Amino acid sequence: MVHWPVTRIIALLVAALGLLGTAAVVSAGPANAEGEAVQGTLRDLAGAPVVGVTITVTNDSGFEDSDVTNAEGAWIVEVPGPGQYSVLLDEETLPDGTTPPTVNPITTSADPGTPRFINFRLGERERNVQTRWDRAAQLSVEGLRFGLVLALAAVGLSLIYGTTGLTNFAHGEIMTFGAIATWFFNVNLGINLIGAAVLGVITSGIFGWVQERGLWRPLRRRGTGLIAMMIVSIGFALALANTYLIIFGGASRPYGDYDSQAGIEFGAVSLTPKDMISMVIAAVILALAGLALLKTRMGKATRAVADNPALAASSGIDVDRVILVVWITGAALAGLGGVMLAMTQQVSYLMGTQTLLLIFAAVTLGGLGTAFGALVGSLVVGMLIQLSTLWINPELKNVGALLVMIIVLMVRPQGILGRRSRVG
Amino acid sequence: MPDESSTAIQRDAAVAALADLAREPGVAKPDPILIADNVVRRFGGLTAVDVEHVEVQRGAITALIGPNGAGKTTFFNLLTGFDKVDEGSWTYNGKSIEGVPPYKVARMGMVRTFQLTKVLTRLTVIENMRLGATGQRGERLLPSIVKALWRGQEREITERADDLLRRFKLDTKREDFAGSLSGGQRKLLEMARSLMVNPELVMLDEPMAGVNPALTQSLLGHVKDLRELGMSVLFVEHDMDMVRDISDWVIVMAQGKIIAEGPPHEVMADTRVIDAYLGAHHDQSLAQIAVDEGLDVPVEILEADGGDQT
Amino acid sequence: MDWGFIFTTSLSSAIGISSIVFCLGAIGLNIQFGYTGLLNFGQAAFLAVAGYGLATTVTTLGLNFWLGIVVGMAATVVLALLLGVPTLRLRADYLAIVTIAAAEILRLTLRSVAFKDTFGGSDGLQQFSDAFYNLNPISPGAYDFGPFKYNEKSWWVIIVGWSLVALWSLLVFLLMRSPFGRVLRGIREDEDAVRSLGKNVYWYKMQALILGGLGGAFAGFMLALGQSAVSPDAYATNLTFLIYVVLIIGGAARVFGPILGALIFSFLFQFVDVVLDQAVNTGVITFMSSTQAAQVRLVMVGVGLMLLMIYRPQGILGDRKELQLDAR
Repeated sequence: MVHWPVTRIIALLVAALGLLGTAAVVSAGPANAEGEAVQGTLRDLAGAPVVGVTITVTNDSGFEDSDVTNAEGAWIVEVPGPGQYSVLLDEETLPDGTTPPTVNPITTSADPGTPRFINFRLGERERNVQTRWDRAAQLSVEGLRFGLVLALAAVGLSLIYGTTGLTNFAHGEIMTFGAIATWFFNVNLGINLIGAAVLGVITSGIFGWVQERGLWRPLRRRGTGLIAMMIVSIGFALALANTYLIIFGGASRPYGDYDSQAGIEFGAVSLTPKDMISMVIAAVILALAGLALLKTRMGKATRAVADNPALAASSGIDVDRVILVVWITGAALAGLGGVMLAMTQQVSYLMGTQTLLLIFAAVTLGGLGTAFGALVGSLVVGMLIQLSTLWINPELKNVGALLVMIIVLMVRPQGILGRRSRVG
Repeated sequence: MPDESSTAIQRDAAVAALADLAREPGVAKPDPILIADNVVRRFGGLTAVDVEHVEVQRGAITALIGPNGAGKTTFFNLLTGFDKVDEGSWTYNGKSIEGVPPYKVARMGMVRTFQLTKVLTRLTVIENMRLGATGQRGERLLPSIVKALWRGQEREITERADDLLRRFKLDTKREDFAGSLSGGQRKLLEMARSLMVNPELVMLDEPMAGVNPALTQSLLGHVKDLRELGMSVLFVEHDMDMVRDISDWVIVMAQGKIIAEGPPHEVMADTRVIDAYLGAHHDQSLAQIAVDEGLDVPVEILEADGGDQT
Repeated sequence: MDWGFIFTTSLSSAIGISSIVFCLGAIGLNIQFGYTGLLNFGQAAFLAVAGYGLATTVTTLGLNFWLGIVVGMAATVVLALLLGVPTLRLRADYLAIVTIAAAEILRLTLRSVAFKDTFGGSDGLQQFSDAFYNLNPISPGAYDFGPFKYNEKSWWVIIVGWSLVALWSLLVFLLMRSPFGRVLRGIREDEDAVRSLGKNVYWYKMQALILGGLGGAFAGFMLALGQSAVSPDAYATNLTFLIYVVLIIGGAARVFGPILGALIFSFLFQFVDVVLDQAVNTGVITFMSSTQAAQVRLVMVGVGLMLLMIYRPQGILGDRKELQLDAR
């Protein structure tokens, strides 16, 4: 029975390594420690770093620490844990002629395990104090952005589930893969971020191809059960995430371009150009993917396979080819999602792992196995997470989203758009 | 195994009881064990089952036939609580069992088998059989820890199981994993196991599907035996020879409705029945076209009755 | 390379606190996943509620230690009911998603600043284990038994821990040879078949979830007491995954599977760590740092889990006859 070489998985990991490049990590930008921190880069309106400014972070329980911006304008304060912090810029230490920031101090919250980025906007025009509606508007846009990121990953996860029945716990690692590959092209090879992202997305697609041909298809051929494959994907996720940790390190690193852009104001909403552009790109690509599913031969075949693989095969559809295409596009989309996520959060080896549950939530909300359900579910989850911070502590925002998922499962197990299926 | 004369007696009684009934859908039976009224089940926009009225005679072997997609298995699932109706009510032994969970239906004596056999692969044949017995003390959490509390009952159950295994000629496979049995042996095991529940009404979903011809006669014999042992049988089947051979009464379903009833030879000559069977091919090709076009065909429709003879 | 040292530390680790925690957690998971087929991906949450139930009762509320144990067990039962009631009627993968989400919800809540006064935030809680160590009959000092070197506190934890493992294994043995265990194994194979034979499958699954959760609770107690502390990040999803690895190494649905799995896993985990560490320090391996070497272990755990699931899903104690069934 066992014609399947033991070395295959090793080969897969080596392939992953190879795709990422085995180069020693070149440090760029302010690398920071693992764990909670508040950090940022202080720049003036022209984009030049502002040096020697003292920034102090405090919280209600008496924590206080400060840092002085370095030659790149970067500063970082490690904080004891997640929660609310007040970040104060000492206006006395600003160079002469620099207008103090309009909002100072800034109240922020540190998320578990990830650094929080704070940008003081120096010398901006006067703005009124934010109202709740202003915040709601801003959060909606951020929620939409995050929803699009989730959707990029969720569509692939959902289609893979639909066509193969695999609940892929290693899908978050494809996001990380895309983000790290892009970082490598961008920072190590010096390619502009846009070009690097294109290369990163292509590499992610190749990674999807390698996974399907090297791992999942042979497993299906072997007759490995769905639960066994799910556990294999857990092992794969563990192996990949720690492989990333070994090559990329535990630090979060930014891309070399467009790292800190000034926001552009649209009424109450402030958006950076990179956010706007990446949101448009994500929306266009998702729309194209949807159109392809609806209109093209391959799209129709995909949906037929998701509905009933045996019937689709008997009616002449090449099921393996469909699944391969789903893996390649699904992985490429997830890779793009990873790049977009890294543009706000920076690149870290755990970013995909940390997003996986939210992707699951999105897919489950929309209805397992339906691509459009995954899209809707993602947008709902994204908005929900951001908007919930109007009422609840941001450190608990993911809790809210996961709770909603569980409640939806109780009330409507087939998800928002899923079909009613027979349940025991 | 009961001798030929007693077989004849029981069959004659069943045939005699049903002889004078009108040959029309939903006809009232002299001694019904199961009565269903207005049972409706829809999947999306498609009505899979819409049974106005049907009665199943006690002590008889009743066949439920119909083309693929007629809703026979779905109807089975609804009656036994494995699927939920959209509307309707039905009684078993005069008690309403609408909304009663499947395990309670089974405990009341209405036990079913499945189209795709559900033997418990990684349990041995004898363990499969033992599992069928109801009211086991050792199946409760706390008493299960003390073997003395269930040892005696387990011995009785095992004796009963061994008797049944001998009757079904599975005694040589006693200690084998059920997963190692052939398709026909699995059908036999499933039927034998359902008898461990001590049922009054046995519902067999395609007992002949995928069975090696060599085993067919013995399976038929076992079904007939059930009637002789005082049980009622309702079974879904495609094999017309079998239906003609063993059933006392035939109910025909097409497109979710009951379209004809009567003794086997009369029903099979009925033009409505023949039409329904011919029309079925048309139905199937429609589903095929829909898939070819990449349309969303609800999985339930394809699963509900399409997965025959696997 | 000091092979003597490598083997003694690895052997010590095989019987140490983390091995006990993995073992008890895997015993619970064995009832749920191994025998009943329930995909509980939130076993870490059961450990967490038990540990925090104990710590919160003693440290935050200042109540009795034994009451804390009761509270921890009660909290586990409540968690099992909360997870089971909505999901045990649904398809198997829903339980997986809900349990993994619930474990994460719990961890984020436990470490949140909002509940810092109760649960201690990301620092967790300490100073609840005095009553446990006061029972320790061993007088202070270091005691060596062959390769095993521990002080009196650790020995106390080890004795209590492995005694609990023995008791739980006995319980699992008694349950699984009985008709009750037969129903659970039947549910794992095909729950509709079991339902059609008149068994209340839902209630059996619930009992399995609760029992397995209680196994996890004892793992949680041992983890909390062994470290004299609870901290939220000890209960991350990775803990659940490691418990799966332990169970699958030893063999699911085998009474001794979790024990064998825990011994082998803990030994190898330590062994690889020390070997790589020494190899780096003595210059045998030059292409990576010792931090990276420590991370290689987790890659190996992941790859190991994949290989096990593919080539030997029935584990070391598995039955060859069963494997042949799978190959069909």
